[in-house]
Amino acid sequence: MLTKRIIPCLDVKDARVVKGINFLNLRDAGDPAETAAAYDAQGADEVVFLDITASADSRDTQLSWVRDVAATLFIPFTVGGGIRTTDDFKAILREGADKIAVNSAALMNPDLIYDAAMKFGSQCVVVAMDAKKRDGAEGWTVYKNGGRVDMNIDAVEWAVKAEKLGAGEILLTSMDADGTKAGYDIELTRAIASSVSIPVIASGGAGKLEHFYDAIDAGASAVLAASLFHYKELTIREVKEYLRDRDVSVRL
Amino acid sequence: MIALVDYDAGNVKSVEKAVEKLGGEYVLTSDPSVVENADAVILPGVGNFGDCMEKLISRGLDKALISFASSGKPFLGICVGLQLLFDESEESPGVPGLGILGGKIKRFPSSADLKVPQIGWNNVFDCKGRLFKGIDDGTFFYFVHSYYLESADESIVSSKAEYGVTFHSSVESGNIFATQFHPEKSSDAGLKVLGNFLDLVKEGR
Repeated sequence: MLTKRIIPCLDVKDARVVKGINFLNLRDAGDPAETAAAYDAQGADEVVFLDITASADSRDTQLSWVRDVAATLFIPFTVGGGIRTTDDFKAILREGADKIAVNSAALMNPDLIYDAAMKFGSQCVVVAMDAKKRDGAEGWTVYKNGGRVDMNIDAVEWAVKAEKLGAGEILLTSMDADGTKAGYDIELTRAIASSVSIPVIASGGAGKLEHFYDAIDAGASAVLAASLFHYKELTIREVKEYLRDRDVSVRL
Repeated sequence: MIALVDYDAGNVKSVEKAVEKLGGEYVLTSDPSVVENADAVILPGVGNFGDCMEKLISRGLDKALISFASSGKPFLGICVGLQLLFDESEESPGVPGLGILGGKIKRFPSSADLKVPQIGWNNVFDCKGRLFKGIDDGTFFYFVHSYYLESADESIVSSKAEYGVTFHSSVESGNIFATQFHPEKSSDAGLKVLGNFLDLVKEGR
């Protein structure tokens, strides 16, 4: 049976992990490859790296740490941040990344999703979307540039369009829930997951064990968290054991 | 020397890194004569069945692979590299596969409860054969695919998995091995499968 995935997210800046796991026994807690390997040992099903350096001149640095990760990590990993063209896709995939997450670039140029899916296959195209509740109205809109600019595009419509264009997965972040630790946005997760037939990764708001269950119950195929794992408030194993005890299929 | 076939069809790098970690001697190649003369062949592959076939044909690799397969030396197909070994796929109607093994590749039925592609960790059962030496029935491996194998000959099926339907997740037929899952992305269990293959290569079988 296919299991639900638990995915730690690592923010990377100038080839260093700035928000990731904090193990004392690591030689270098800021090294992306070592940090990811520690998560693998904990039972992570995948790892997502978001490169917040994300400028064109940092591409070589990015390729270099991606290469190091690929040499040591034998579970799938996604790289996001600053990817704008299919050439960017090609360069990062070539270094061994399994999937590429696109956000603003896809909003500005939706054909990027189609082109990348045609060239490299849908399995490696993750459309990351930052969604926020509309003020005084129903539904959510998507934002670009790290949540700074409201695109006035309906989140459900965007998810459906992304799937049609060839996205293989949706990485759905609720801007309302992110950082609150009050739980994933369940309504949003359900609205998106029930509108597309590709997997949805819920992100933003995890604070307690039951939050993971709630997101999965709402239709998420995977759940992502960053600071919760980073600050060791919960371990991946604790999350998985909790889910298993509630009859959610997980890899333990 | 293992020929790791690089035909511009997906993430050959992960397989390369895994073989490297396990100490396997390999060469990345798209040269048909290198493939034909190798001690073993690994055929990875990600993406569209028809595209991958076309890429093999345009490099003359289709004939080299078919010829290698009959040599008796170890051959491992991974993901689309498994699918290409068979006759045809619903993904690309009218495009013949390599036809080294008999069977067809079908699409998962899509429904509200079943997200397609299958992405993630699934457990395999009825495991048998040399790739699964030391691996328990029910072990999890990482899958990414929308199409699955239905082998014509059930006796070559070396593991099965369940996703809407029960499908054939790996095969072993003489010197031909193939997995739908990605051993190079399946953590310790996956490295064990690849290690078992490398052991066969060392033994020259």
